[in-house]
Amino acid sequence: MQAIKIQNITKSFGKVKAVDNVSFDVRPGELFGLIGPDGAGKTTLFRILATLLLPDAGEAAVLGFDTVRDYVEIRRRIGYMPGRFSLYQDLTVQENLAFFAAIFGTSIEENYHLIQEIYDQLKPFKNRRAGALSGGMKQKLALSCALIHQPELLLLDEPTTGVDAVSRKEFWDMLDRIKALGISILVSTPYMDEASRCDRIALIQHGRILSLDTPDGLLRSYQKPLLAVRTASMYQLIQDLRAYEMTDTAFPFGEYLHLTTKGRVEEGAVTDFLRSKGHEKIEVKQAEATVEDCFMALMQ
Amino acid sequence: MGTAITAKNLTKKFGAFTAVDAISFEVREGEVFGFLGANGAGKTTAMKMLTGLLSPTSGEGSVAGFDVYKQAEKIKRNIGYMSQKFALYDDLTVRENVRFFGGIYGLRRREVLDKTERLLEELELQSVEKQQVGSLPLGWKQRLAFSVALLHDPRIVFLDEPTGGVDPITRRQFWEMIYKAAAQGVTVFVTTHYMDEAEYCDRVSIMVNGKIEALDTPGNLKQAYAAGSMDEVFLRLARG
Repeated sequence: MQAIKIQNITKSFGKVKAVDNVSFDVRPGELFGLIGPDGAGKTTLFRILATLLLPDAGEAAVLGFDTVRDYVEIRRRIGYMPGRFSLYQDLTVQENLAFFAAIFGTSIEENYHLIQEIYDQLKPFKNRRAGALSGGMKQKLALSCALIHQPELLLLDEPTTGVDAVSRKEFWDMLDRIKALGISILVSTPYMDEASRCDRIALIQHGRILSLDTPDGLLRSYQKPLLAVRTASMYQLIQDLRAYEMTDTAFPFGEYLHLTTKGRVEEGAVTDFLRSKGHEKIEVKQAEATVEDCFMALMQ
Repeated sequence: MGTAITAKNLTKKFGAFTAVDAISFEVREGEVFGFLGANGAGKTTAMKMLTGLLSPTSGEGSVAGFDVYKQAEKIKRNIGYMSQKFALYDDLTVRENVRFFGGIYGLRRREVLDKTERLLEELELQSVEKQQVGSLPLGWKQRLAFSVALLHDPRIVFLDEPTGGVDPITRRQFWEMIYKAAAQGVTVFVTTHYMDEAEYCDRVSIMVNGKIEALDTPGNLKQAYAAGSMDEVFLRLARG
């Protein structure tokens, strides 16, 4: 039995097709990433899986239960962390946790081992109202509340959005440990560099799956000739390479610019072109594709 | 080149808690200055002081030549500001938003009309000018918001996580708008959680527990911390 089985799910809001004929499975024990920008349809899909929204067409099974017929069973067995902070702002940290445990007929003590590592960091603030926590702390409390009834599956909708790079890394370390307990996880993110932390990933945009693969598999499937280019002036470099006849796309990637070309182009030819445009400190080399390169190629 | 922003031992305390602890730095005119730090490091408080929204507890600061204590209202008039959380009114149309912000900044009617036309053309938004902003894709909204923040020709623009959640191509198009503004002499003060974007800045500061722990060009920072990327530099510093 798959942890999640999605078959041809479609959901529209007015004229907008938020989810357009999407199918994929999440395997038991898997950490599966749904990766795409805002408006891609990630949240709609999560709401359908969490039995909060009915699809227009298609069907989905969560832990073997149908999302329309068996919603009561599903709600008992999953932990859901919505994108927007949805705990009670005027309850304290401790009260929120006790509340969610009670709703699921359990207690903090009974499942404390699940959340101990995360909750230890929250303890100094346990009497603070949830609304007064910092962003990173809210996120840890929300995860604790989603875990407190020992769910078989976690649905995490953009848990790291707006969170700094260090806190994001710590959050993914926590997910590794939760996964090691045998809990399946579906997690969405707009940060493409987080893809490498997943077992498998689906890239999603405009309600459609662009690609479904392991992170390595995705990178290996990238076919375009790709060069990394750097000169003293990035802004000028973008302008000049956009006007270069061999250029397909030219976008900045950190300190380098990633250049895809129409057919193979020698590094030396690019260097000569840039020298003719008056660039200094020219560096051109073969580049390895990143998840963002793949996403951008699939978008076009 | 002149100085757009000066902070000297700028400090903000809330009761016993020191949110911003004697930060000192200068931002040059036309510079793209990246203002980084972990959540809770004090970035938002510092930005509020620099944009005239919060009076410092002690220290000195000036923005666009105006004092952060005595001339907060002048600062507000002379800077542009855009954040991911609030930028435009979703239930006004594209055109109405531009007119509204033009009015807020005291532009003349004629000026607003001219600028609206130019802006719609530049962003290729003519076909959706009568649509409510809420119905536009996020990437379009962000680019429109940036143009609106520059409507009154400020010499400095503050961007608070302007690219959160947008797709990788739109994110880069947004940075090209930043480069273009900087090339025209506008000073850009920007926060981000995307570490590749830190590489696009002329200089970067990293705040840790209310203090500025590092401030230099991305190249020099990577060298100083023997790191391959700004991501590594950040990971090494941000937890103090």
